[in-house]
Amino acid sequence: MALGRNQILSLYKSLLRESHKFSSYNYREYAIRRVRDGFRAGRDLANEAEQEQRLQIAQESLEMIKRQVVIGLLYKSPALIIEK
Amino acid sequence: MFTKVGCVIRGRPLVRRLFDIEKNIKFNIGSNIKSPVPAYARLLGSSTSQHSITATATAVNTPTKQDPETWPLYLDAQATTPLDPRVLDAMMPYLTHQYGNPHSRTHSYGWESERAMETARQQVADLIGADKKEIIFTSGATESNNISVKGVARFYKAKKRHVITTQTEHKCVLDSCRTLENEGWEVTYLPVQTSGIVSLADLEAAIRPDTALVSVMMVNNEIGVIQPIREIGEICRARKVFLHTDAAQAVGKIPVNVRDLNVDLMSISGHKIYGPKGVGCLYVRRRPRVRVEALMSGGGQERGMRSGTVPTPLVVGLGAACEIAQREMTYDHARITKLSNRLVDSIMSRASHIIHNGDPDHSYPGCINLSFAYVEGESLLMALKDVALSSGSACTSASLEPSYVLRAIGAEEDLAHSSIRFGIGRFTTEAEVEYTADKCVEHVKRLREMSPLWEMVQEGIDLKSIQWSQH
Repeated sequence: MALGRNQILSLYKSLLRESHKFSSYNYREYAIRRVRDGFRAGRDLANEAEQEQRLQIAQESLEMIKRQVVIGLLYKSPALIIEK
Repeated sequence: MFTKVGCVIRGRPLVRRLFDIEKNIKFNIGSNIKSPVPAYARLLGSSTSQHSITATATAVNTPTKQDPETWPLYLDAQATTPLDPRVLDAMMPYLTHQYGNPHSRTHSYGWESERAMETARQQVADLIGADKKEIIFTSGATESNNISVKGVARFYKAKKRHVITTQTEHKCVLDSCRTLENEGWEVTYLPVQTSGIVSLADLEAAIRPDTALVSVMMVNNEIGVIQPIREIGEICRARKVFLHTDAAQAVGKIPVNVRDLNVDLMSISGHKIYGPKGVGCLYVRRRPRVRVEALMSGGGQERGMRSGTVPTPLVVGLGAACEIAQREMTYDHARITKLSNRLVDSIMSRASHIIHNGDPDHSYPGCINLSFAYVEGESLLMALKDVALSSGSACTSASLEPSYVLRAIGAEEDLAHSSIRFGIGRFTTEAEVEYTADKCVEHVKRLREMSPLWEMVQEGIDLKSIQWSQH
């Protein structure tokens, strides 16, 4: 199922939005950075099948991030010194 | 960020909540959740997309009165690493409802569990280029090292009497060798050069006709040097000696292929690659076959080499961690190299008399060991209380002796005491690295101001020429 440009953009935005919800500093920064870098690298890919696969991974990651955000909120740790 | 959305049925709010009511966290579980309880499901009706379930639960807040209000930054990736959220996500079903014993043959709990275990086995095998029949799950790299050293030695004790290892190995390998010495084996502890790398000529000279095993770790956990395992493997293969390598710090971070490297046994640790603690694995080559005497007696699980129920959630975590590591290796390595260079340049350009231990060309960049001359290591660690660091390996940090690894590479006693190990991992950010570098330079300068030795060095006195008088 090939995703159109708008769908890819909305997937990207959802991923970023959910990543911002992580309560742990390290996870949050990693998720945001990885999503950005992943989509940037995928944009230049010529291979269709490779792009499909990565978008599939992105889709699964969205659900995973939502679940992990919830777990992170249930078991919180105090803020890191660098967040203050 | 979180709006409390009550469940509205035909215009009236549903009064009952599904979980314990306490203040703190209200969150939206998701708009497609059907209630598992049939009574509520009827109430909620068939269409669920408009309704969201509000759940309020008490969050567990980890700080107690003794804990600091702010938590330090984590820069000790060689000691352990945080669980990757993707790994936890893979483990959760096996920690909750899929709790079967993978060795139960008669019901679907067992079959599901076994399927997960075999998937994990394949994931680990793919990372290191092995066959899944060659992977044995253990409780960690320490157990894997024990099985390798003691198990191989005891199996071949009829014809062999000699084991070779290096002076910079992990404590578990050195201690296993000491146990073998008590059993009548001879052990050669090869010295390392000042770069930390073992000399191939020394190794060739040390191999005897009755050598059973050579054990050399791939990436050192204290100074980060990468040993020339491929060349060592060729030598060992030519002389028909088994090669064991402790690859706990290497797997998932640098490309490792057991076929290319001619390795016969390899130890892997789960919690060094963003997996759970308490699990690891041992690669045991099948062609040519390596036989191992089991240390754990029991039901013959894991091909008779390691009896005991395989902990499904942990091995699923290990497998997921390996798969993620394989996918992310290039990205992580590039990032960690960049951060590592930044940290070292930032510190060494602003303060002098600092030594970077280990070989600069053959090192894993995520492990940086710096010795600060004329500064005491413990006091620097205490001063850097906002950053979680270590001086040397976690298993030796309780003792007062300086690290034996640093002593083996020829670092002087006082420099060995003043060394700090910085560990950069997948989740380390640039801001954390900058903060660490700034604080480190600041405290090194402050501690040196207070040091009389530093004053003497500034005046140009050679400390080695001083005759310290005895009181």
